[in-house]
Amino acid sequence: MRAVVAIAVNVFRESVRDKVLYNLVLFAVLLIGASYLIGQLTAGQDVKIIKDLGLAAISVFGLFIAVFIGIGLVSKEVDRRSIYSLLAKPIHRQQLVLGKYCGLTLTLGVNLAVMAAALYVVLFYMAWGVSEQTVRSWDAPALDPALLKAVGLIYVELMLVTAIALFFSTFSTPMLSAALTFGFFIAGHFSSDLRNFQDAVDSPAAARLARGLYWVLPNLAQFDVKAAVVHGQPVPLGYAAVTIGYAACYIAMLLVISMLVFSRRDFK
Amino acid sequence: MKTLGVILVALALLAGSVQLQATRERLFPVSEADEDAMYMRSAETLRRLSGAYTALTADGYWIRALQYYGGTKRRLQAQARVPEPPPMLAVPTSDDFSLLYPMLDITTSLDPRFTIAYRFGAVFLAEAYPRGAGRPDLAVALLEKGIRAQPDKWEYMEDIGFVHYWYVHDYRAAAGWFQRASEVPGAPWWLRSLAATTLAQGGDRQSSRTMWEAIRQSAAIDWLRQDAERRLLQLDALDNIDELQRRVDAFARGAGQAPSGWDSVVRARVVPGVPLDPSRTPYELIQGRVHLAASSPLAPLPEEPRQIDAPEAPPR
Repeated sequence: MRAVVAIAVNVFRESVRDKVLYNLVLFAVLLIGASYLIGQLTAGQDVKIIKDLGLAAISVFGLFIAVFIGIGLVSKEVDRRSIYSLLAKPIHRQQLVLGKYCGLTLTLGVNLAVMAAALYVVLFYMAWGVSEQTVRSWDAPALDPALLKAVGLIYVELMLVTAIALFFSTFSTPMLSAALTFGFFIAGHFSSDLRNFQDAVDSPAAARLARGLYWVLPNLAQFDVKAAVVHGQPVPLGYAAVTIGYAACYIAMLLVISMLVFSRRDFK
Repeated sequence: MKTLGVILVALALLAGSVQLQATRERLFPVSEADEDAMYMRSAETLRRLSGAYTALTADGYWIRALQYYGGTKRRLQAQARVPEPPPMLAVPTSDDFSLLYPMLDITTSLDPRFTIAYRFGAVFLAEAYPRGAGRPDLAVALLEKGIRAQPDKWEYMEDIGFVHYWYVHDYRAAAGWFQRASEVPGAPWWLRSLAATTLAQGGDRQSSRTMWEAIRQSAAIDWLRQDAERRLLQLDALDNIDELQRRVDAFARGAGQAPSGWDSVVRARVVPGVPLDPSRTPYELIQGRVHLAASSPLAPLPEEPRQIDAPEAPPR
């Protein structure tokens, strides 16, 4: 366990050294700039749009971190040949994979926490001095704690995406891993189409195949509660719990396979 | 020193590119048709393409709709300064706002709970040309779409009643929608009395004043409240014009001819000075008829709704 923690902390430090946290500055500039511009444009709906923009930006920035760092977790060690010195240490390959994964999720967690805090600061600024009547016209309060549910589920989704990226990086090239991970991300958001495929085709075999893919591919659409939260719609804790449970199972499955593939990989 | 030189060169290159872009825009301006082009008209396709970011895409379309409406309105007002046709005749007279409904439709399909897009969009659509698209039918269609998404949203029902009242002048339909809105739990008490008043008195000026006052007091959105305040000032202007016209007519009868301007009327002390409308812009007196100045922020005045069963009013 200590080895896993040490590797995870090292991954986090490396991401800081690689200036990954610069994206936070970009996020802050984007939000502050947008809050000013959108306030001029959107006829009283600036808070709704800033929430939409903030949550979408958290998701996109997180996705890029998850994919582009995730695919390099293993391949970078191989390219730099540092994998040999790592494997010479008293650690199992499984611990290396798990540590890398935990390190990247730690990086993502820190990033998302800071971005969420920045979003709340901007929303606080936008809600400052707004009339009582305007506040009543909003579907949800500006500083709605329910936003954290959306951020939380984005984080869980990104943990799943990280696991996918790590899985591909254990046996594929970085470019191919990135393409495949983005492909899974897109497919994961269209999975409801696979479920309803039988309505569009006559072939029972094709319908069964689509239905099978629906169950096997990661269903990422369920993590998207952004619109519901922004409109003040309830997101039941039971829903969140089942969704997180699904993610935990899927992540565990991917990590187990990744460990297996990595443990069998020949680095000669 | 070297760094400074590189920065200066970079700034010079940036300035050059800005200058070239400005030159290109001046020599080869982008046509408005190109700028207004809608690349995607299918909300379903957009919904699929936007994946997990449908709400943000809806925001983008809403901002485009606002810019399109504002830009078109400004252009039309600057172009023509033509008198506004009566709202009763405000059938599609122009393609100038032709993209407005598709934009609003896409916005509300991508985000079916986007309240402001329904409510503002309906005003933009119903408003008589050239201040709006002059399409109350599309305004009602948009709001009915909103009711299908949120059946308990009494505001949309109130807005449909308002469109029927103010733009279509169908007071029975308006009263029916006000009544329906009043029956939704949480709706304000005054909707019930507004329904009864509308049914009994149709669109007399006092009813209009009552309706706008109620909207002004209850509007949770600044823009709607400001619009209601403007409508109330327009009703004040209509009252003023009626009173001034009465005095001018009396003066004309005594003088034997209609005055051509305010000078003679003021000299005769019919009015104490050139009268100002509620926005502090002077009224115009042309061939014995009192008008609101085209430059007034209150222009153009609305075609007043008629009372139920009242004979059609002569053109103002």
